[in-house]
Amino acid sequence: MDLALIKKLETTAKEIRKDVVEMIYHAGSGHPGGSLSAADLITALYFNELNIDPKNPRWEDRDRFILSKGHCCPVLYAALARVGFFPLEELKTLRKFRSRLQGHPSMNKTPGVDMNSGSLGNGISIGIGRALGARLDGKSYRVFVMVGDGELQEGMNWEALMAAAHFKLKNLIVIIDYNNLQVDGSVDEIMDIAPLKQKITAFGWQVYEVDGHNMREILDTFARIRHSSWKGPSAIIAYTVKGKGVSFMENRVEWHGRALSQRELEVALKELDGRETGEAI
Amino acid sequence: MRQFEQKATWVAYGEALVELGHQRKDLVVLDADVAKSISSNKFHKEFPERAFNVGVAEQNMMGIAAGLATTGKTVFVSTYAVFATMRACEQIRTFIANPGLNVKIGASHGGIHTGEDGVTHQAIEDLGIIRSIPGITIFSPSDAVFAAKCTHLAAEMEGPVYIRLTRNPVPVFHSINDDFIVGKAVELVDYGTDVTIVATGIMVFKALEAAGRLKKKGVCSKVLEVHTIRPLDRETLVAAARETGAVVIAEDHNINGGLGSAVAEVLGEEYPVPIERVGLRDTYGESGEGETLLTAYRMNTEHIEEACLKVIRKKDKKSY
Repeated sequence: MDLALIKKLETTAKEIRKDVVEMIYHAGSGHPGGSLSAADLITALYFNELNIDPKNPRWEDRDRFILSKGHCCPVLYAALARVGFFPLEELKTLRKFRSRLQGHPSMNKTPGVDMNSGSLGNGISIGIGRALGARLDGKSYRVFVMVGDGELQEGMNWEALMAAAHFKLKNLIVIIDYNNLQVDGSVDEIMDIAPLKQKITAFGWQVYEVDGHNMREILDTFARIRHSSWKGPSAIIAYTVKGKGVSFMENRVEWHGRALSQRELEVALKELDGRETGEAI
Repeated sequence: MRQFEQKATWVAYGEALVELGHQRKDLVVLDADVAKSISSNKFHKEFPERAFNVGVAEQNMMGIAAGLATTGKTVFVSTYAVFATMRACEQIRTFIANPGLNVKIGASHGGIHTGEDGVTHQAIEDLGIIRSIPGITIFSPSDAVFAAKCTHLAAEMEGPVYIRLTRNPVPVFHSINDDFIVGKAVELVDYGTDVTIVATGIMVFKALEAAGRLKKKGVCSKVLEVHTIRPLDRETLVAAARETGAVVIAEDHNINGGLGSAVAEVLGEEYPVPIERVGLRDTYGESGEGETLLTAYRMNTEHIEEACLKVIRKKDKKSY
C-alpha cells in the first residue's frame, strides 16, 4: 500500500472537514455530523477511486456517485471544489439564494453533482437505473451510492437491494455510513437496522466491513471490490463516528443538523489543524 | 350514433410501445408486475434486453427509471395510476420532474369507470396530483387512436410525460387521420353557441352523445376535447367561453383538482362564465360495472346533458 498516498488523502480529508465546518458556519444551517462521518470515505472516492474528469462533469464514461444521504452535501461540495469542479470560494455560498450549492444536491445546478438527492431511501434505486444504463450501452463505468444508516429504515432501499442482486449489477457499489445516529437519537434505539451485514448478504450482495476513518482500510476495500470475481453488487458497511474530527461534535446527536457559532468554528478549526484548543465547548 | 369498435386505451399504449421499440434503440420499458394488464408485456417479449420487470415495487421502478434516463435512455414506466401517482408520487416529483428527466409514465385504471376492482384501483386524484407537480406534460386520451398517438408523441418529447389510460374498452371514434397536437384542444362538434362542453378521457364520447341529445331538444352546444391537461389550451377555452357564455366540464375524476378545476382556474382568471363540473363529487367510488358506476355517481351522458341545461339557465338568469 502506498503510504504517501494514504498520507496525502488523510491531509485532504482534514482540509475537507475544515471546509465542512466553515461552510455550515457561513450558511447558518446544515448538517455537520454526517458530513464529518463521511469525510474520509468521500475523500477516498473523489481523490483516488472514482474515474472522473472535473473539466468535463458530464463525461459519458465517468464513474457515477450518488450521495443518497443528501443532507450531508457539504462534504460532497467540498470534495467537488477541491478536486476542481468549481472554485473553492464558492463553498461559502452554501444554502444562499441563487447559489449553485443547494441545501440538498441538485444535478442541474451544481457541476459534478450526478443526481438530485436528500429525500432519503431513493439513491440505490437510481443507482440501479444507471448501472443498467451502463450495461445496456456496453460501458464499463461504475456506480457508487452512499447511504446513511438511519436512511436504511426506508423500505424502498430493500426493494432496491433485492432488485440490484436480481439484475446481477456488478457495477453497483453501495457504501453505508454507519455512524449509529439519526435525527431523533441512536439508530439502534429508534429502529434498529442490525444485523446489517447478514441482512444485505441475505439479499444477495457481497458485503465488506471497514473502519470508515481508516484510509488504508478504505482504499484496500475499494481495491478488493475492483479485483473481485463476484458477479453481483457490492456493499461496504463503514463504521464511522458522527461528527468525526471535532471533539465536541463526536457521537453527539444534536450535531446532526445545526450550525456552529463563531467560537465553535474557531475551536473546530484548531482541533482539525491539530492545534491545542485549551477550550471546552 | 353509429357503432364504433370497442378497445381499451391501455391496449393501444402497449401496441405503440412495440412500434416505438422498433423505431428507437434508446427506448427502455420498466414494469412493476402489471405488464400484462397494461400490455407492455408485448414489448418485453419483443425486446427482452431492454425491458425490466422490478416486481411489485413502484417506488423502486420510478427511481430506476430516473437513473436510466440520466444515461440517455427514453424510459417508459407502466403501472396503475393510483400506484404511480400516490405510492411513487415523491419519486416522480423529486427525481423525475424536478430534474426534467426523460421518463414517460403510462398509468392505467384512471377513474371510477375502472369498475369492479373498487376504490383501491380507481384513480380519482391522479390528474390533480400530477397537475400540482411542475414540469410534467399530461395526456388524457379519449380512445385507442389518441392513446397510440400520444404515446408516440411522449417518446419524441423531451422531459417527463404522464399518460392517463383507462381500463375498460371504450368506443374508438377518432380516425387515424385526426390530429393530436400537444396542448391544443380539439373542437369535435360545433352545433351552436348555447353551451360549451369540455371533456377529457372516456367522458369525451359521452359529451358527444350529450351534445347529440341536446341538439334534438334544440339546444346547440360545442364539444371541446382536452387531451392535453398540461399545457392547457387556455386560448381555445377562453374563446369558447366568450362565444357560448356557459361551460360544462366532464371528466372521470374527482371534481377537485382535475380538468374541471383547471378550466375553472383559467376562466376565473380570464373570462368568468357560469360553469358546471361533471365528475366524482368529492367522494370515493365502489365496486360495480363501469357504466353502472358512472350512472350511480351522476357522471353519465344524461348528467352531462342535465348540467348543460342547468348552466344555460344560470347564464340566462345571470344568477352566477
